[in-house]
Amino acid sequence: MSALVEVADLSVHFEVRQWGFLRLGAVQAVDRVALTLAEGESVAIVGESGCGKSTLARTLLGLHRPTQGEVRFAGRELSGLRRGELRAYRASAGYVQQDPFGATAPFLDVRRILAEPLIIQGVGRDEREARIRAALEEVHLTPVEELLGKFPHMLSGGQQQRLVIARALILGPRLLVADEPVSMLDASVRVEILELLRRIQGRRRLTLAFITHDLSTVRHYAERIFVMYAGRLVESAPVDALLDAPRHPYTQALLGAIADPDAANARRQRELPAGEPPSLLDPPRGCRFHPRCPHAMAGLCDRDDPPDFDVGERHRSACWLHRE
Amino acid sequence: MCDALLEVEGLTLDYHTRGGVMRAVDDVGFTVGRGEALVVLGESGCGKSSLARALMRLLPRNAGGLGGRVRLAGRELHPLDDETFRREVQWQGLALVMQASMNALNPVVKVGEQVAEPLRVHLGWERRRALARAAEVFELVGLPGDFLRRYPFELSGGMRQRAVLAMALVAEPDLVILDEPTSALDVLTQAGIMNALKRVKAELGTGFILITHDVATSSELADQVALMYAGQLVEMADAATFFSAPGHPYAQALMASVPKLRQRERPRAIPGEPPSLLDPPVGCRFAARCPRRFADCARLPPAFALAPRQEVRCWLHQQDGMEDGV
Repeated sequence: MSALVEVADLSVHFEVRQWGFLRLGAVQAVDRVALTLAEGESVAIVGESGCGKSTLARTLLGLHRPTQGEVRFAGRELSGLRRGELRAYRASAGYVQQDPFGATAPFLDVRRILAEPLIIQGVGRDEREARIRAALEEVHLTPVEELLGKFPHMLSGGQQQRLVIARALILGPRLLVADEPVSMLDASVRVEILELLRRIQGRRRLTLAFITHDLSTVRHYAERIFVMYAGRLVESAPVDALLDAPRHPYTQALLGAIADPDAANARRQRELPAGEPPSLLDPPRGCRFHPRCPHAMAGLCDRDDPPDFDVGERHRSACWLHRE
Repeated sequence: MCDALLEVEGLTLDYHTRGGVMRAVDDVGFTVGRGEALVVLGESGCGKSSLARALMRLLPRNAGGLGGRVRLAGRELHPLDDETFRREVQWQGLALVMQASMNALNPVVKVGEQVAEPLRVHLGWERRRALARAAEVFELVGLPGDFLRRYPFELSGGMRQRAVLAMALVAEPDLVILDEPTSALDVLTQAGIMNALKRVKAELGTGFILITHDVATSSELADQVALMYAGQLVEMADAATFFSAPGHPYAQALMASVPKLRQRERPRAIPGEPPSLLDPPVGCRFAARCPRRFADCARLPPAFALAPRQEVRCWLHQQDGMEDGV
């Protein structure tokens, strides 16, 4: 498999200013992240709110400029693209936003919502209509004729998310980034949307990056998982290895906190790491998880950044416990 | 544990909407024992939040008839006038943690003052004593005592949720109603709050009604589960039975749609959508989506007892103890 997206030493920092000029510091939303996504691969980027997963996703789409490092798409560096080239790039990278209810303009009907990206890319009227219909068929928003004239508020949550997916696919992207595509939906609808994404990904051989905070949903919908904590990538592995034998203490803590439906849960306290994720304005030195880590080693974890250690087949974990 | 704390019978709540009258809560009945946790489970629009509002009498302006009977510790609540209900039932009898209420804290008042307020306003405690009590409750829900002097913006989402929980507990109510208390929170924060709830339940013997759409999280507290669909209760069972052998086809489909971290079977979607409550079907409300529907489903099924602590509103269970062929 050839690499489609290559991220090297990527940092995205946001300056925080008071009154517009007083520099208070920088939020290190993404810090020194490296990863490669192969053509046609589906991955999940997992972490808690504020861990930088959405910023990473948006940087892959060319929506944030890297503070340091680079993002390459099919061999070309994104920050080197000129305006027109960036527009062409947007056609090859689709984005499914987090909140389907806020992702579409309430005053546009379905036809117009789907026409917008085509108009921007200069597609002619007749071809537009054909592609809009095909897109609706693909996400099972049928009967097409009936749906074309509807406005977003007339659609159910699941239908709105299908519409957002149709819009993301309409330009025929090679990469699809889906940011929490199901977190706002009911359980019974969630599976439908995830299955739809998986089928489309397989059929179109898309590279799918699926951003989520919910590890229980990823097993069937991604091949590899990347776990982020406080702006850093802490562990990456094929799905089963990561879920069944996680190596990084943070991943272990995260998995330990997830309940499966079981009446026995009510009778025991869950073991959880103390405290909360650090402020990204002033993250801890060394490993960012060390203040909460049950295995933290004084003089090492609080001083030196752990490098990525190879701990198995395509399995990497950034923790000093794997040294030697 | 089994003496009844809250008894609800035939509870109904209507809303007047532009499309007509909508029955959001339709003939719902259940009992919660002292120190017991009942989970009300259901998807959006099934009436579970309306149920909480009906119990707390926090009804929106378009609410119409509130019917049925509610007894708290033997006392009939519906005949009480609003003033008596507010003074004698709220906070000490029933307390409510509303959905997203962690964002409803007053931003310019210190958290401790807000948590102590029910004691001062409702019970007339003086400030120092109320704050001392608030500090105890803070500790119970896992907040450091010095957070009393902080403002809401200085707290993370999870801590604000704990503070709101502390406020609900401060007057030692018999029963706390929690409406989606963790749905906006991260996994670790959520698990921390569920730990705190378990501790409170064990130490104070508080009863809970936990309203949620999240099946997995609901199992962290449940003694009993009530499953709602389109305004009606479709299954009521003790937690062990519900999570291992649900009886209603909707309950079975819902359990199968939940992705499980530790199992390899693929979750399955439930095709279709719930009916509109403006014009619900006459028969079983799940029939249109049910893989096992048959002729009888055109009539509304009553609740059949399947086991000593399991009632299912489905014609498949007409003969008590009938074999479940799923």
